[in-house]
Amino acid sequence: MRFNVSLPWWAYAAMGVGLMLFVAMIAVSVKRNHGIRRPLFASPYILWIVIFTVIPVILIGYYALTDVNGKFTLDNFRSFWDSNYIMREQLRSMAGDEMANTIARGSVNIDTLVYSLWMAFLCTVMCLLLGYPAALFMADKNIKMGATVVVLFIIPMWMNFLLRTIAWMSLLEDNGLINNFLEWIGVGRLQLMYKQSTVLLGMVYNYLPFMVFPIYTSLSKLDPKLGEAAQDLGCNEWRTLYKVTMPLSLPGVISGITMVFMPSVTTFFIPRVLGGGNTQMFGDLIESTFLTAGNWNLGSALSLVMMILILISLSILRRADPNGEGGGIA
Amino acid sequence: MLKRLAALLLVVMMLPVCAMAQEVVNVFNWEEYIDESVLQQFEEETGIHVNYMYFTTNEDMLVQVEANPGAFDVVFPSEYCVQQLNAKGLLAEINLDNIPNFKNIRTSLLDPTYDPGNAHSVPYMWGTLGILYNTEMVDEEDVKTWNVLWNPKYTGQVLMMDSLRDAMGIALKLQGYSMNSQQFPELQSASELLKTQKTSGMVKAYGLDEFKDKMVAGEAAMAVVYSGDAQYAIELNDKLAYSIPEEGSNVWVDCAVIPASARNVANAEKFIDFLCRPDIAVKNVEEIGYCCVNEPAIEELGEEYAASEVTNPTDETIANCEYFTALDANMLLIYNTLWMDVKNAK
Repeated sequence: MRFNVSLPWWAYAAMGVGLMLFVAMIAVSVKRNHGIRRPLFASPYILWIVIFTVIPVILIGYYALTDVNGKFTLDNFRSFWDSNYIMREQLRSMAGDEMANTIARGSVNIDTLVYSLWMAFLCTVMCLLLGYPAALFMADKNIKMGATVVVLFIIPMWMNFLLRTIAWMSLLEDNGLINNFLEWIGVGRLQLMYKQSTVLLGMVYNYLPFMVFPIYTSLSKLDPKLGEAAQDLGCNEWRTLYKVTMPLSLPGVISGITMVFMPSVTTFFIPRVLGGGNTQMFGDLIESTFLTAGNWNLGSALSLVMMILILISLSILRRADPNGEGGGIA
Repeated sequence: MLKRLAALLLVVMMLPVCAMAQEVVNVFNWEEYIDESVLQQFEEETGIHVNYMYFTTNEDMLVQVEANPGAFDVVFPSEYCVQQLNAKGLLAEINLDNIPNFKNIRTSLLDPTYDPGNAHSVPYMWGTLGILYNTEMVDEEDVKTWNVLWNPKYTGQVLMMDSLRDAMGIALKLQGYSMNSQQFPELQSASELLKTQKTSGMVKAYGLDEFKDKMVAGEAAMAVVYSGDAQYAIELNDKLAYSIPEEGSNVWVDCAVIPASARNVANAEKFIDFLCRPDIAVKNVEEIGYCCVNEPAIEELGEEYAASEVTNPTDETIANCEYFTALDANMLLIYNTLWMDVKNAK
């Protein structure tokens, strides 16, 4: 395993030059404006972004496009498509072509990616189906409970998500609370843990607030007079909801979908705890490529593919909400 | 406030000076891997000050030892890592004449394949890989072979180790191959075997440390675990038992070594010798709960301890088992690809 990151000299040079440019820019700005102007207050944040976002992304790109010796290669992306690629090339050098050619294309990475996207899709749909009515309820000014429900939604978020996930385990286990209860009322024990649906439950539970709150925000900004007008013009309650409220809350929905879908695709830990590691998600795959196999180059390539997919989905969603009304996340 | 700060600064600056004046030994060990009172006792008896530092994985330690020559006098790597350190020329030869208590070490653990003649390492703690099972759910006869992990009687009742070397090792061993096999066809058939295990629904879950608690709670019929975890679980639930299958298994040994760059070799030897003393070994084993390497200490720990296959496996078991040898990066990638194939099987 490689912990000591060694970069070529020009990478360090680039970082040094970048840092000097940054300091120079601040100096120039102070001099030109004869003092400190407002935009300067953004500089700590910009420095933060550069060090902890821009440079790491560049590093990921560097690792993804190089091999262990730092030479340019596209092999990492070939291994993304064909997970047996590295193994086949190893065998070719160890045991010759004959052995190597017996190995078919491996589909581990693609399968895992497709599975993760599918799970993220299911999770987003379920969050939307559960979250929209909840947000409607919370935003309804005629219901006094609304504010209380908002607080009830927020309180669990004060706890760490790992703890909340582990808590589900002690509920769902064979000898857990739910099964003990089922046994007591005479239904008998059920296998609740280590299934795909258990993982989905964990994901929906963890990501539901990210769907509810953007929708809640955009619903509570709605002018109630619009609904009244629709009813005056002959819409019944359902038609008002369908024709007026829903289209106007679309920005919130879009940003809710983004906020649920993105972390869902990269979920890890939940499949391991609630799914018993029976099916891996893309996050788990990236983790084990880095930590177990110690292959930083392939791990970076996998992360890069992930990032590009997320960027594409973001730009699609952005078109649906060009003004960033739903909080501008998409 | 400023005065106090200045005083503190002075003390901090003085520390290395004090340390220089005194004999020291710099020890680099796993976290919670010694009875802390032993360190105090060593300081009182010898007047040598112990600087104690921790690491959490072998790989982490290896990087530290390589990057900081002279920083450590005694280090505690696992057996495959002893091999790796030695291959990089980072280990000093240990003069066993200066460690008279070395004679206490169990002979079946001496002259190991990872370090012939114990030229560079002295065993500290050890253990085995085996099956922890619930005697109410599993027939004792069945767990005598690794095949039980493929036995349809226990479908959906197996907790499998989520670790490529251990899982692949079991499948290799079951087919009569070495756990350290580098033959591709053997590895491939091991991977196929593990895939069948998964697709036929034998495995309830893959995991690591959490298994001991699951077994205590009666969540599954059996789990693949290390003997240390088995001992912990058996103490909490007397329906549990541990078996090392007949085909053989993995034996691991954590050793004490002296880096080639060590500055206080004599003190390091004194420290290692101290750990080999029976009364000290007893204290450490009682604190950590792994298998004891020290013959007189085993006697002192009592008959129950000595008779248990969990805490004190027989010489035959050891002879039947294998140490893991370190894989090079290329071989590790092949292992990993095959293991990922297993995890992806549906």
